[in-house]
Formats: sequence, structure tokens, C-alpha cells
Amino acid sequence: MIIGIPQSRAFKWSYRAYVTLFFIYLALPLATVCAFAFNDSVFPSLPWEGFTWDWFFGTEAPYIGVFHESPILRSLVTSGVVAFWVSVLAVFVGTCNAFLFVRHEFRGKAILYVLMLLPLIIPGIILGISILVFSSSVANFLEDATGLWFDGLRPGLILVVLGQFSFITTFATLVISARLQKFDPSLEEAALNLGATHWGAVREVTLPFLYPAMAAAGVVAVLMSFENFNTTLMLVGSDAPLTITMYDRLKLGSTPVLNAVSLLLIVVSALLGLVSLLLQKRKD
Amino acid sequence: MATDRSKLAFWLLLAPCLIWLVTLIILPHVGMFLVSLREKVGVREYETSFANYAVFLNEPLYWNTFARTAYMSIAATVLTLFIGFPISYYIAKLTRGRTKTTLFLMCLIPFWVSELVRTFGWMILLRETGVFSNVLQYLGLAAGPVEMLYNDAAIMTGLVYTSMLFMVVPLVTALDSLDDSLIEAGYDLGASGFAILREIIIPHAMPGIVSGCIVVFMLSLGNYLTPILLGGKDSLWFTGLIYSQFITRFNWELGSAFGFLLLGLSSFIVFVGLKLTGQSLGKTMAQS
Repeated sequence: MIIGIPQSRAFKWSYRAYVTLFFIYLALPLATVCAFAFNDSVFPSLPWEGFTWDWFFGTEAPYIGVFHESPILRSLVTSGVVAFWVSVLAVFVGTCNAFLFVRHEFRGKAILYVLMLLPLIIPGIILGISILVFSSSVANFLEDATGLWFDGLRPGLILVVLGQFSFITTFATLVISARLQKFDPSLEEAALNLGATHWGAVREVTLPFLYPAMAAAGVVAVLMSFENFNTTLMLVGSDAPLTITMYDRLKLGSTPVLNAVSLLLIVVSALLGLVSLLLQKRKD
Repeated sequence: MATDRSKLAFWLLLAPCLIWLVTLIILPHVGMFLVSLREKVGVREYETSFANYAVFLNEPLYWNTFARTAYMSIAATVLTLFIGFPISYYIAKLTRGRTKTTLFLMCLIPFWVSELVRTFGWMILLRETGVFSNVLQYLGLAAGPVEMLYNDAAIMTGLVYTSMLFMVVPLVTALDSLDDSLIEAGYDLGASGFAILREIIIPHAMPGIVSGCIVVFMLSLGNYLTPILLGGKDSLWFTGLIYSQFITRFNWELGSAFGFLLLGLSSFIVFVGLKLTGQSLGKTMAQS
């Protein structure tokens, strides 16, 4: 905080007004989405027809709430399954990568590190189509060669998981590496001196030190997987995750049930985001 | 013995990384490039040629959309920088303690929420039956419903909103590390506010500015949801063309060529940005 610098009163106030306006701009779309989840009207728009919980708990058409709307609930489960696998895979590979890049020196490390960062600069939609093209040609080749079916390589949940995993792993690697760099190697050496095996020392000393970062990476992976759209759009089959289902509804124009889903998503993702921050900030 | 074991550990750690990068990043992109060089000459018959790239060059709609996507993304990046810089300065230098954390978190929260939800919010605000239109009518500033959706300004609003965080975070990080006494020394030596901004603050924040701009540009270029939903059918965004070639027209050869052009443009701008400022990809990405 800078003190002791003279600034005109008008400047100070206009600066403050600008900052206030900015935060209104940030909050406005989300606040609007939330507010219309409670509007007693079949369209998410004005006029305000009164307060209702129907878009959450309603059971009679057209007032069918989120908790009774089976397509949305089904896609929520699909999203959950996808997020689970993406998160498990990304944390596993991310942890291996962290050990590889922090602990080992080898030829080509710099190149491999840049390659590891590449998924960050590839637009999601291109990541999606490249995996789509590649897996389809592999599937065609295998089917021609063996005469069997390889449905796993056709658009569907397996490809969605792989597509999201392909770039979320980079984030997991960065989060876990940052923590591993802070680890004091002498702790591991002490364990070795006390007779631990190499793997035993890693498992009993290093990995517990990494748990908060691994958990944070897992939470970030779940968040990113849940809200991913671009990559998923290109790889999705018949089982659509939540964002795809909502997008299809949005194009058709829908009831405020979408607002209700959005409100739940905002609350859950804000909570998950805070959890991941707390996990990364934790000091010990 | 020990070296053997550490070699084994090394290969076991290298394997997942290589499998991930080779099967999901390198091979798919090589494959996509090969497909983009294929010209369909008959049923399941292909020849290697640059025909798909020629189609792109010969069809004004395609390269106009490409150029439009590029300059709209540049405009969005510049706008985000100009809007975000004063905010980042405010958070980094003019607040502290709990206020600072709160303001910073308020910038983070919209980013954690799905882009779809954010865009949906802007649709409710901007459309003909939307909130802004109703407010204007209520205030007597408009005679009838006003359609504010489906134009370039709407796309721009959405793009800036969506990418603001990626500008603010690296800027705040960069400005946080600037020693306040440097700014105060500048004042004591009689510099004007503008001179301090130009000579002290901006040079110091340059790494943050570069990484913010690169990330925002890439995100805008590769964005699909915001231009399609806020810009409507005529949004003419390049990712929209890629989608329609792949999913609607089923012309994967042309779609792959488009994908490669977009990837090329995005990598080129990142490369130029890094070269101009003498930074490495690793450092820039670690910032954001």
C-alpha cells in the first residue's frame, strides 16, 4: 500500500468509482442468472412474476425443478463420472511428472518440459478434433485389420475423458511440482539412513508431504473437467455431460430450470475453488 | 545396484509422461496434419495435396472469417489489458490485508464458474426481452424492446469478461513484486504520475503484461461458446467454421486444415510475443 503520495480528491474518487463499476460488471451476469432461478415465469426474463422454489423442487410441467428433471440429473451423473476419471488420471500422471521434472536430470529434459506445457497453448477445440481424427483413424485401421469393433475409440465418454485428461494433466503437473520443489530432500535421506527402502521413504515421507497439492490438483481437475466445453463438444457421443446438455437446451430457449442448475453450479464451483486455494496455501 | 534402481525409477516415471504426450498430443496433431493434406478423389480414395489449403485461400468467406477472428481477438486482448490494468494496480498497490484477499477472490470466482453459465448470464442481460432492454424502456430511454445480443459489441463484452481473470492474475503477481519505495522515490524526485507509470510501473509489470496478453489472445482465438451464443449465426468465428466442417458437413479434411491454420496463427502470435519480450514459454506459463 502506497502512502504519502499526493493525489487529487477527484482522481481518488473516480478511481474508486471505476473499481466499483468493474466489480459490478463481474458480478452482474452471475447475479442475474441466480436471481431468475427464483422467477415464477416459464421464461428466464422480466417481468418479475414473484418468488418460487419450483425451478428446484417443482414436479408439474412446465414447472419441473432440477431435482426432478431426469435428463439434467443423468448428465450431471455423466459429468461426475468423467470428472472422477479425469481427476484420478491427471493426479497420477501429474505426480509422476512432478518427480520426473523435479528429481531427475536427463538429456532432452528442456524439450520434454516445453512439450509438457504445450497443451496449455493449444486451443481446446483443436485438441478435441485432433484426438477425434487420430482415434478414428486408429479405430478404422484396427477394424480393417482385425474385423472387430473398437467402439471405445469412437466419440463417447472414453474419448471425452482422454481429451480432458490431455490438457488438465499439465495443470496437475504444475501444481504438484510447485509443492515438490519446496520439499527438503534431507527428510527423505534421514528416512533412508534409518533403514527405509527407497520406495518406502517416498511413500512414508515424500508422498504425505505432497498430499495437499495432490488433493488441490484433483479438485482443480474436477472443476476444469466439469466446466470444459470446447474439447468435450468435439468428442461427445450419445451420453452428454452437463455442459453439453445445458448448451443444447440454451440454443432451444429453455425454462428457468437452467438458471437453477447454473445457481447450483456457481455455488459448488465457488466452494471447490476455495477448497483448492486453501489446500495450495496450507503451510507445514 | 543403486544406479540400476534409480534408472528403473526414472523409466517408470518417464513412461506415463511419454504415453500421455505421444498418444494424446503429438500423434493426434501429426495425424490431423496428414488428414489436412488429403484430397478426396473418390470413395475412400485420397491423394496428397494442398487442395484443402487452396480452398481456404480461394474462398473469401473463409479467410475473411480467419482475419476477423484474429483482429477481434487482438482487440479483446487490448481491451482486457486496458480495463484490467487499473484494477490489478488497485488490488496490488492500493489495498492490503483482508480487502486485498476479498477483491482478488471476487476476481477469481467468475472464472471458476463454467463459461456456459457466464455466457448465459450475458444472454439474459442483453437479449431483446432481457434485463437491459427492460430497464431502458422503464426509464423511458427506449420506445420498444432493444436487441443488444447478436452483434460484435456483445461478442466483445463476453470475450473480455471471460478472459479478464487471466489478465488480472499475472498483472497482480507482477505488480505485487514492485517495491513501493521505487514509486515513492519517483514522486520525491518530481516525476508526474504518467512518467512514473511509463518509466517504473509498466517496465516492471512487463512480464505480467506479456503472459496475460498471450493467454487472453489464445483463449479468445480458440473460444467457441461466447462468439456463437452472443454473436448468433453470423458471428463468423473461425472455431465455428471448424465445428461445422467436422460435425455438420463431415468434411474432416477441410476441417483439419482449418484447425491447423488456427493452431499455426495461435502458436505464431505466442512465439512473436515471447521473442519480442525475450521470455521463455516455461516462465510465462508458470506466471499464469
